[in-house]
Amino acid sequence: MAASVPAAAEQYDYEIIKKFVVMAIVWAVVGMLVGVYIASELAWPFLNFDIPYITFGRFRPVHTGAVIFGFGGSALFATSYYVVQRTCQARLWGGGLVPFTFWGWQAIIVLAAISYVTGYSQGREYAEMEWPIDILIEIVWVCYMMIYIGTLMKRKQPHIYVANWFYLSFILATALLHTFNNLAVPVGLFTMKSYSLFSGVQDAMTQWWYGHNAVGFFLTAAFLGMMYYFVPKHAGRPVYSYRLSIVHFWALSFMYMWVGTHHLHWTALPDWASTLGATFSIMLLLPSWGGMINGIMTLSGAWDKLRTDYVMRFMIVALSFYGMSTFEGPLMSLKDVNALSHYTDWTVGHVHSGALGWVAMISFGSLYHMIPRLWNTKLFSDKLVGVHFWLATIGVLLYITAMWISGISQGLMWRAFDDFGNLQYSFVESVAAMHPFYAMRAIGGMFFLSGMCVMAYNAYRTIRQGVRAGVAGQTAAAAA
Amino acid sequence: MLSWLAQPENSKPLGLLIFFITFCLIVLWVYAGGKKRGEQMEAHKNIPFLDDDLDQEAKDKSNG
Repeated sequence: MAASVPAAAEQYDYEIIKKFVVMAIVWAVVGMLVGVYIASELAWPFLNFDIPYITFGRFRPVHTGAVIFGFGGSALFATSYYVVQRTCQARLWGGGLVPFTFWGWQAIIVLAAISYVTGYSQGREYAEMEWPIDILIEIVWVCYMMIYIGTLMKRKQPHIYVANWFYLSFILATALLHTFNNLAVPVGLFTMKSYSLFSGVQDAMTQWWYGHNAVGFFLTAAFLGMMYYFVPKHAGRPVYSYRLSIVHFWALSFMYMWVGTHHLHWTALPDWASTLGATFSIMLLLPSWGGMINGIMTLSGAWDKLRTDYVMRFMIVALSFYGMSTFEGPLMSLKDVNALSHYTDWTVGHVHSGALGWVAMISFGSLYHMIPRLWNTKLFSDKLVGVHFWLATIGVLLYITAMWISGISQGLMWRAFDDFGNLQYSFVESVAAMHPFYAMRAIGGMFFLSGMCVMAYNAYRTIRQGVRAGVAGQTAAAAA
Repeated sequence: MLSWLAQPENSKPLGLLIFFITFCLIVLWVYAGGKKRGEQMEAHKNIPFLDDDLDQEAKDKSNG
């Protein structure tokens, strides 16, 4: 007798994962589209059209919110719910709390975007949401933590697989970061406006304690959890060294919390604090590269897979970008390098080498692995995965190359003096010199966005194929 | 004791020592022990493959 419902789908809660997968793709398209638009505004300012709602200042947090929390967040919810169930061999705990995390999270992204375009912002990078949205995030996040821990507690496996350690540290650290960074006093109960509990340099330090640890725990630890499950699973071979993964986890956890102050070199922050940040940033190179090597070496003995399997290529290129950006980060945290790089486009390029090269690519690989399994079908087109891979890779390379040239030029122009000790260039001259690279960056973004649209189409056709096969299977079963 | 801990010049190096020693103990816990313990640790790497049969079962069913 034919049975269309897969056994895994019976044992695990796949419905919630499917919802998050779809929304991850939707937010990726939306967020990257806004990103390309604001990049184009910088290159061709007429695109502002004198409309305040779509200016760079308001659209920029819409872009970061949609790609980090919309795309990245939804991908993390999806993969963490998938990984925790499959490695614990237990169904998600939490009943009604589970769909609440989905609707709550999507409401947060939409409300945040509306508030940004209408001019409400805390002015805290990656945490621009005003206090009512912050409270909603807190509630959704606590529910997420309860679901995750509840599922771990009812596991059938005695050991908790290392990917879950990374996911758990991401959930716990994000809760702490969000809570303390957003301590604020609202102006009134019925107003969106609030003011931070901190002021001056303490406020700056809290912001960057949050900002860099959002990178460390949201954009790194969590995606490493993804990597530790999906790379071995897709390669069909276990991770290179399990013991190295444990050391990787603890070293990251011990070191990341201290590095935020490297964002505040040469400011009013005490010198010892920013030196501490730089020192820990250099030390972080070891666990980061240990993790990268562990991921890449998982393919040891099966390198031929890279020739034919584009999903595997996404994962290995993601790990290469992880290695590259975790080398670049410590380099930029050195005070002398930072004196040149800070406030320039080099930082923007560095962030995107991590965000597009590492975070987005490991997510693409994981989503391509998961989608056919969730809908119990095959990928609609492997060729389109290849097209996506090349569009994404060319896009990232164009982007970061443009930002390297632009950033280093900016740094050098700003610090150039003439023979009389006056600044050699005015600020506007440096802006004019950046124009070709801003255009190049926008084109790089267009490549990446085009790849994303190809993925969205491929995913749509795969899902449709899976749904149709499911309906046909049920009809045949009923007829039999 | 509490007033001694309240001094940053005391609490900071103490914190450093506690964290550093804990980290060293974790590394020792991971790598210490004989070959057998190492193999036991490494065996956990196979956890993602333990439920492969579910997918296989699904494949068999849908083909059936």
